[in-house]
Amino acid sequence: MASLKELSKKQELLSSGHRACAGCAHPIAIRQILMAANMPVVIGCATGCLEVTTTIFPYTAWKVPFIHSAFENSAATVSGVETAYRALKKRGKVDKDIKFIALGGDGGTYDIGFQSLSGAMERGHNMIYICLDNGAYMNTGIQRSSATPRGAHTTTSPAGKVILGKREFKKDMTACMIAHNIPYVAQAVPSMWNDLMAKVQKAIATDGPAFINILTPCRLGWGYPPEDTIEIGKEAITACYWPLYEVEDGKYKITHKIKEKTSVIDWMKKQVRFKHLFKSGNEGILAEIQARVDQDWEKLQGLCVV
Amino acid sequence: MAKKVAMTGNEAMAEAMRQINPDVVAVYPITPATEIVQIFASFVADGLVDAEFIATESEHSAMSVCIGSAAAGARTMTSTSSQGLALMWEMLYIASGLRLPIVMAEVNRTLSSPINIHCDHSDTMGARDSGWIQIFSENAQEAYDNMIQAVRIAEKTLLPIMVTTDGFIISHGMETMELLNDDEVKGFVGEYTPQHTLLDVEHPITVGAIDFTDYFFEHKRQQIEAMNTALPHIVEIGREFAKVSGRDYDFAERYRLIDAEIAIVVLGSTAGTAKVVIDELREKGIKAGLLKIRVFRPFPEKEIVDALRNVKAIAVMDRSDGGNGMGGPVFEEIRSAMYYLPIRPLVVNYIYGLGGRDTDIELIEGVYKDLQEIAATTNIEQPIKYLGVRE
Ligand SMILES: Cc1ncc(C[n+]2csc(CCOP(=O)(O)OP(=O)(O)O)c2C)c(N)n1
Ligand code: SF4
Ligand SMILES: [Mg+2]
Repeated sequence: MASLKELSKKQELLSSGHRACAGCAHPIAIRQILMAANMPVVIGCATGCLEVTTTIFPYTAWKVPFIHSAFENSAATVSGVETAYRALKKRGKVDKDIKFIALGGDGGTYDIGFQSLSGAMERGHNMIYICLDNGAYMNTGIQRSSATPRGAHTTTSPAGKVILGKREFKKDMTACMIAHNIPYVAQAVPSMWNDLMAKVQKAIATDGPAFINILTPCRLGWGYPPEDTIEIGKEAITACYWPLYEVEDGKYKITHKIKEKTSVIDWMKKQVRFKHLFKSGNEGILAEIQARVDQDWEKLQGLCVV
Repeated sequence: MAKKVAMTGNEAMAEAMRQINPDVVAVYPITPATEIVQIFASFVADGLVDAEFIATESEHSAMSVCIGSAAAGARTMTSTSSQGLALMWEMLYIASGLRLPIVMAEVNRTLSSPINIHCDHSDTMGARDSGWIQIFSENAQEAYDNMIQAVRIAEKTLLPIMVTTDGFIISHGMETMELLNDDEVKGFVGEYTPQHTLLDVEHPITVGAIDFTDYFFEHKRQQIEAMNTALPHIVEIGREFAKVSGRDYDFAERYRLIDAEIAIVVLGSTAGTAKVVIDELREKGIKAGLLKIRVFRPFPEKEIVDALRNVKAIAVMDRSDGGNGMGGPVFEEIRSAMYYLPIRPLVVNYIYGLGGRDTDIELIEGVYKDLQEIAATTNIEQPIKYLGVRE
């Protein structure tokens, strides 16, 4: 991996001046992805915060070819671009080597775009799908998704007098993609830029479909000060809420060892979306959440044993 | 040299696709269009074409693949029917809004519910305002010819286009027809060189940007203008096709219409039945005629009015209902098109053949009988009738 100094000299392929909130992790992740790519890429993006904040006509923040078509079909759309590439290359109309990256939020990936993603991965397109998981439909004003963590307040899983935020646990989307038996699957967080970029490079080098699930803290939906994005991402790793791991040709590997596991409850305390859970009487829910994280972490470690 | 063959509508459309040999075909199967997909898949499997063939996991994804592919500069085709077209609905508007020249072979089938696999036009009519050019075919020959012309029309206008046949009646009915040879088709469709593509990585473009109140209307207006000015291109390409094939194509076919006093307007296969009836009536000295609309989108308003202005009474046949208490969509548009005429023909509507109900010679004879009565009395008792249904 290049040093930060070397990276700072590389051309930025997502320009500044886009309209994402200060502190939004989406553009941080994208800059890292585009820097890691090191070859021509075409980007497809689902409807969501990233798309609406970076392509306000007549401007575009994208210095690489970019397509947005709808919300639930980023994978299918990019699989079409990749298919066209193969067809035109075969017929001698394109000569460059190009890689294809589809982006979607957690809504566009875990929920409405699940089928389109599953189909594209099963068809074996030579493309990378990257989910930018901020744990809710942020673009439409913070509604629950199947990526929203248990207990989180969203506008469609509100913390009320009798129901305390989202009642269900988050879907394990990364596991769903591993179950597709594709050559490369990973989890990343922009807080660990070198880990994220190394994974993007592995995905780029993969011949066939790859999936990376990136946790992208949303200061607005999660409720924390914008300057804390990197820290809150780091703590998601140490609390084992979002372990950094990859599965290469079926082999699991934790890519960032946890020296000292921190409490997921402490991490939640820093976010307004969980505020209601810290009123007395709700200790049971917190304990349940901690237990679930511990259990998932144990399970993952078990899978990583060689 | 033209080759005479016996083919079904589906075979004819698939054959046209083989000869066009597009860059990408993305599809999902549905009766009665499935055969088109199957036949094309075997062309690929047998190495008769080198197109990339993608069997997606849904029609929504099939159209999304087409959108990605066309935006990447590939000549792109698909095929569907009924529920499949309905599932594509969201993406139909995106394909046309992004000005992508995708070609679709659409086999008209009724929309659920109740579920039914037979022909009516409710699927295609549901997409009539989606910004796609729509061309209807009377038989397998026209379906084949229209598919070949569609490639040129789409790429000329930068609008997506659907060529339709009537489910089972045409899609599965065997007919004798003529094929062009492969070189003639290749020469006619030519090479496709798009102006901007996603694969031109040295000149990056952003496709599908968010367009707010300050630009959306202008962009939409340009798209509307493309549709408003598409007809002359369609007619011109039809003329060019006639030179290669010897078969004429215009916005519509006028059958014994010049001196007609009563006329039927119809789309698709029922035109064939109407022609038989017209010939019978003409034998008896009754001045009956037909306007078979080929191009329904763009709606050839002026041309239709000119073709019908001297007819006394017109029956517009709709193979779908508008669901608004005002009859079918073809009727509404034709009646509205007549509005500016100082002396207007009398126009009535027949909703026919829903869910594949057979519309036979007797039923069409009945329509002309009604028209004779209306022309004679200038009295319309019931402007909208449902033909061949038990009430
Ligand atoms: C078919 C469809 N349904 C709903 C919407 C409205 N919509 C646009 S973006 C969005 C949520 C996006 O959430 P996510 O994918 O998590 O991305 P984020 O904005 O959180 O980054 C919704 C519900 C839409 N555009 N299309
Ligand atoms: S709402 Fe959240 S995801 Fe959307 S731009 Fe703001 S910080 Fe980013
Ligand atoms: Mg989200």
